[in-house]
Amino acid sequence: MSNEIEAIKDPGLPAHVHRKADHDPVAAKRAERQVAILFGISSLGTLLLIASFFIPDDIFVFVPVMGNQNAHQLGLGLGMAISLFFIGMGAIHWAKTLMPDQEVIAHRHEFRSPDSDRKEFVDAVKDGAQASGLGRRSLIKRSLGAALGLSALSPVLLLRDLGPLPGNDQKETTWKAGTHLVTDPGNRRIKASDLEVGAVAQVLPEIEDPEHRHLSDIAKDALLLIRLRPEEFNLDAERLSWTHEGIIAFSKICSHMGCAVALYEQQTKHLLCPCHQSTFDVTRAAKVIFGPAARPLPQLNITVDEEGYLIARTPFTEPVGPSFWGRISS
Amino acid sequence: MTTEHRLGQVANYVDERTGAAAWMKKNLQKVFPDHWSFLLGEVALYSFVILLLSGTYLTFWFDPSMKEVIYEGSYEPLEGVKMSAAYASALHISFEVRGGLLMRQIHHWAALIFMAAIVAHLMRVFFTGAFRKPREGNWIIGVGLLTLGIVEGFLGYSLPDDLLSGTGIRIAEAIIQAIPVVGSYLSYFAFGGAFPGEAFIPRIYTVHVLLLPGAFLALITVHLMMVWYQKHTQFPGPGRTEKNVVGYPLMPVYMAKAGGFFFIVFGVIAFISAVASINPIWLYGPYTPGQISAGSQPDWYMGWLDGLVRMSPPIETYFFGYTVSWNILIPGLIVPGILFTGMALYPFIESWITGDKREHHLLDRPRNAPNRTALGAMSITFMIVALINGGNDLIATHFDLSINQIMWGTRFGIFILPPIAFVVTKRLCLSLQRADRELVLHGRETGRLLRLPHGEFVEVHEPISPEKAYLLTSHEQAPALELPEVDGRGVKRAGAIRNKIRSRMSVAHSEAIPKVSADDLKEIESH
Repeated sequence: MSNEIEAIKDPGLPAHVHRKADHDPVAAKRAERQVAILFGISSLGTLLLIASFFIPDDIFVFVPVMGNQNAHQLGLGLGMAISLFFIGMGAIHWAKTLMPDQEVIAHRHEFRSPDSDRKEFVDAVKDGAQASGLGRRSLIKRSLGAALGLSALSPVLLLRDLGPLPGNDQKETTWKAGTHLVTDPGNRRIKASDLEVGAVAQVLPEIEDPEHRHLSDIAKDALLLIRLRPEEFNLDAERLSWTHEGIIAFSKICSHMGCAVALYEQQTKHLLCPCHQSTFDVTRAAKVIFGPAARPLPQLNITVDEEGYLIARTPFTEPVGPSFWGRISS
Repeated sequence: MTTEHRLGQVANYVDERTGAAAWMKKNLQKVFPDHWSFLLGEVALYSFVILLLSGTYLTFWFDPSMKEVIYEGSYEPLEGVKMSAAYASALHISFEVRGGLLMRQIHHWAALIFMAAIVAHLMRVFFTGAFRKPREGNWIIGVGLLTLGIVEGFLGYSLPDDLLSGTGIRIAEAIIQAIPVVGSYLSYFAFGGAFPGEAFIPRIYTVHVLLLPGAFLALITVHLMMVWYQKHTQFPGPGRTEKNVVGYPLMPVYMAKAGGFFFIVFGVIAFISAVASINPIWLYGPYTPGQISAGSQPDWYMGWLDGLVRMSPPIETYFFGYTVSWNILIPGLIVPGILFTGMALYPFIESWITGDKREHHLLDRPRNAPNRTALGAMSITFMIVALINGGNDLIATHFDLSINQIMWGTRFGIFILPPIAFVVTKRLCLSLQRADRELVLHGRETGRLLRLPHGEFVEVHEPISPEKAYLLTSHEQAPALELPEVDGRGVKRAGAIRNKIRSRMSVAHSEAIPKVSADDLKEIESH
């Protein structure tokens, strides 16, 4: 319909070419045998699976390329693979060699119904709508809409007790003024001298029952201690006063999406988050120097108690972890 | 008594109780066209069945609980370590249940292959124009299945509660939390309090094994019934028209082929699972928010999303004291939302551009729809650039590159490369059309050189078969829409700008190398 130029004619479906098995009984018999062999291989696979099930799981076999493999696991897997794969191969070989391969033509009809049917259908819909008075009785329409909309609120309401309201929970951590820093693992208090220059350590706040620390607390409390030479810092006076003998403490929870910022590069003094590669400069109060994070890691103000153990001088001055809507609102 | 006779009796039995003879007769002889690319959707379907089977097996031992337990199983390195019951039971399936590790591997591999098959099937449908009327609805269901597949896969990846999967949940939580106004509330409701809490895994377990598989079953059933009812599309060729379907009948050929193919897919997945270790959770250890493993990677179908998040610039805005994290919202919600909505609406967009409201059952060869093919190539390029950035840490360590360079490369690449892919693909399609034209007009190059009496060398061309000539010229070349900006009285029409855009796009869409007509051939023969 697009152009009046005469198109090249459709030569029609090419003539069917018969297969050998279609007219040669010997070839057909051979194909039958091949199918049976394929099914037979599948049965052998099942036998391998059964045998492997009883192999003890501490026997290893050497397989080229793959190295030492657990015989039990490998046997189970290969047995299952063989038993299934060759059923499929047999069935398809059967279909391809012995079942009819003459293409057949089925007719297709346009989905659009004859115009008379369509008219009646459309009229029926219109009549139905007319009879219900949906178009005219706008009061019913609107009140029904409002009722349906409101009824959708009930499941929302019923889901209310899925969890508590966040309240101030996101903004608070276990760190209080005077909380001791303890090692993780170990829960031992730390002295400044425990940390060599250039070293990094993960610490947690000291709590009464360290055996039952909640993961949701660790998700906010985890802290990184890094010790540099004090002259290596490039901090303002306030932030410098938050460090102790070159030890600086940052929240370990990434300010981007909350992963643990666990990669520390000693040479450059950069912290890198393995999730999205946000990079923080330790010497400049964890300023973001690369990647998607928009904020520095919160710094914890630390000092020592009279016995020389590291403690928090104040709690965190800002919420730790990823951003949320009310992060800086009071 | 022969097998045929017995089966005949079964048919008789069924009909006497249901009266289904007429319906069954028609449908057992239903014709399906044959092409390798029609198997991609089948791979997805069979992977889904395998997922149901292997997943059910895993539920017999998996304990979806975040209660803290102390590991006492046979894997010595984790002896005495505190972990969730979910992780401990996943270890139990891997080490103590015979065949459990194999089933875990089959489940995970089948999920990856399920998603790969869906994407490949989607590309086949897109590039051949199979989504056109009357199949727009099925296209939308397909986009829905892809979306659900991504969610379902992510939830499954999260269930074992190892260090890697917990990190994935942490990132999902950050995305939820970044939603303006309600983010914190949604997060606290989803997790039953502060992240990670003890509620999340039991909750997503119900979604993973009940809610979403149910949705899948319903949508896949409708998807297949539509294919059945509307009859499958077919590639163009001699004897194939908009009014027929050429292929093999369901019984027996397709029953054997499709049934056999299920076993082949299952067998291949079992083989991969036997020889290629995937997600060795015992190496990662239990999840704790303070730890992480380097090179943390999501499954491949989430990689593009992670890549977008990684390349996002560090933008966060504050107004009236409220924080909006554009660095999370744009790559995590807005861009994927636009992409998937655009994908779902594409059939309607294309039909708006072309003004074509007819039914189509013959597929397009991708080269004959250059604009669509180029758009597809552009989208794939976008996804690949994002996916590369999703693996930037692994690429950096494997190829000894700087992660910063890869990141900057993809930050620019995501804007520059897709348009280049569009232009290059469109030109390639037009060149291929030109090559088709050449082939029909002048025949195939035989490689035989002939020396003419006066010394000139020529290559002998051989005319192509009438079947091939028909195949290369049977497509339609619709002209661009003509949408006058003014009506008959010279008054500017309403929506003139819309019309202008539409006709511009229509012109771009209809760009083609004129196909050979019968007249052209006659003319060339008379030389």
